[in-house]
Amino acid sequence: MAKKKIFNEKPVGVETPEQARANAPKEGSEVETTAPVRTLWSDAWRRLRRNKLAIISVIWIAIVVLIALTADLWVPAKLGGPTQQLYDARLPMSWEHPFGTDQVGRDVLSRVIYGSRISLAVGVMATAISTVIGLIMGALAAYYGGLWDTIIMRLADIFLAFPYILFVIVMLAVMGSGIQNVFIAIGVLGWPSIARVFRSAILSVKSNDYIDAARSMGASDFRIITRHIFPNSVASIVVYATMNIGGAILTEASLSFLGMGVVPPDPSWGILIEDGQKYLATNPWLMIMPGLAIISTVLAFTLLGDGLRDALDVKMKDA
Amino acid sequence: MEQDRTGQKPLLHVEHLTKEFPVEGGVFNRSRKKSVHAVNDVSFDIYPGETFGLVGESGCGKSTTGRCIMRLTTPTSGKVVFDGKDVSKMNKAELKEMRRNMQFIFQDPYASLNPRMTIGEIVSEPLVIHKVMPDKDERMDYVRSLLDVVGLNPEHINRYPHEFSGGQRQRIGIARAFALRPKLIICDEPVSALDVSIQAQVLNLLSDLQQEYGTAYLFIAHDLSVVQHISDRVAVMYLGNMMEYSDWKTLYAEPYHPYTQSLLSAVPVPDPDLQRNRKRIILKGDPPSPINPPSGCRFHTRCPIAQEICSKEPMPELREVAPGHFCRCHFAAPKPIKESSVEL
Repeated sequence: MAKKKIFNEKPVGVETPEQARANAPKEGSEVETTAPVRTLWSDAWRRLRRNKLAIISVIWIAIVVLIALTADLWVPAKLGGPTQQLYDARLPMSWEHPFGTDQVGRDVLSRVIYGSRISLAVGVMATAISTVIGLIMGALAAYYGGLWDTIIMRLADIFLAFPYILFVIVMLAVMGSGIQNVFIAIGVLGWPSIARVFRSAILSVKSNDYIDAARSMGASDFRIITRHIFPNSVASIVVYATMNIGGAILTEASLSFLGMGVVPPDPSWGILIEDGQKYLATNPWLMIMPGLAIISTVLAFTLLGDGLRDALDVKMKDA
Repeated sequence: MEQDRTGQKPLLHVEHLTKEFPVEGGVFNRSRKKSVHAVNDVSFDIYPGETFGLVGESGCGKSTTGRCIMRLTTPTSGKVVFDGKDVSKMNKAELKEMRRNMQFIFQDPYASLNPRMTIGEIVSEPLVIHKVMPDKDERMDYVRSLLDVVGLNPEHINRYPHEFSGGQRQRIGIARAFALRPKLIICDEPVSALDVSIQAQVLNLLSDLQQEYGTAYLFIAHDLSVVQHISDRVAVMYLGNMMEYSDWKTLYAEPYHPYTQSLLSAVPVPDPDLQRNRKRIILKGDPPSPINPPSGCRFHTRCPIAQEICSKEPMPELREVAPGHFCRCHFAAPKPIKESSVEL
């Protein structure tokens, strides 16, 4: 009863339009109670769905991943495998070989499909490694500050000061080629930028009043980190990691093109381009087709990252 | 609202509270360690159910005082006794228990609510932290009733802060502060980020809630007219020092300290004739840097009645110039403000 009293005594005359809208329509509010509970991620998904480019990217990535995962079921092994059919070498595009064949008679479409497995794996694994290292380093630097911050961030500066591709090549030269080593080399060298992004995200979140508010309520450090700091700083990492997958695919392609990455006859998109470039004048599809695969996939990851950045920004109104 | 406080135990007792922030000298003069005296020897009591106003220019240490009491920053020295226990000596568990009874309302309603949490999660967070009402449905019902009390639509419980206006957000902050029915709420400029019309609403809400629940407020503001609306007693701070404090009627009617007098003479009066003709005391210059405070009385550089003694002698003590009226000035003398806006 007492509560009602206060509610009624509230001064009426001066209400902002927003307040009037918020307070007045009781019938509208009934509709809301039946509406589904809106969570952060469902909101983000709703915003993402409006972004056509991002949705096309999602669909494209889904198709590429699906093809890569199910390739064994429907791609004839003899076409993509190491078998050489020299009579069929460098055939132009046809119904039998939609992307043509390469210099030893292998079907280029099948090789591009099998290549997607390696390229995607490198992209995802390398990004996973950089993200884990980057998150730990960034969090340590931001939480503990002081000496930790100085040491970690100067280390990151040192890593960033080296030319990236050269650094990866040196690491691969030391560790030897092979797909695991490519994961590790690209992944380990990618941490400084993620650490920087995460550190600055945490620092900017930490200075907010709601962190002080949580502390003044008596929240534990664990609660503040998991409920307040992490949810508010993770969006930038999701965005950055998505874009980073495209970057890692590109790096792997460059390495393979330079002969330092995946070892033939394993097909990766970079190796296909390297194989094809010798025949650019006579059989351009050998290079163009895997090139298109790289461009479309990397672009899709970048555009998706872009869309995610907009979708995860809670301050975007008209949600 | 003159009340007899004899025999009553203060809820909050602040004694000689001092907070210094070290200032790094930079790369080239590391050796010269300096510090900012943000709060200097501040003492006051707050009794259950009353509102204690703390006013001063920006940078005078009023917010730092509030944060020291809450232990959001650790004071350099001095005593803060809340409910009979010294806050500065509390361990983690005691601190958590203390924070159940002392809550904070922040100045910026845009920064003080976690944008990733719904209103329901925000308002119920203190309940979750202190494990009051473990049942979620019961908790959410309680949150709805709280939202109703602060004048928000309870159906908005699943909305996010960015969907609300500044005034509504401040109401959310108030609901959160009241969720545990604390004994003391530190309001750090709760209305200065709001429009004037919304300010009045929020102030009325705060005083209604105070009458309802008997909560004490430490009300920090830079606006004398805002403080006047809500406070029982008012203290004026300048450069980290408390210059004068008294119950609000005496302070507004008969300020003793020249700084208070000049502040009050600057409050606009609604009557244009009075406003044009009244005598204003205008202070020269800016407040000095708290890194290098002036010698003697810290106010002497801008004081209209300063004498030689003010810069030579150390800072005068806070002395009782009238019953319950304390002032820190060598020449403390009452100066009735007849044409002030205060209705007596």
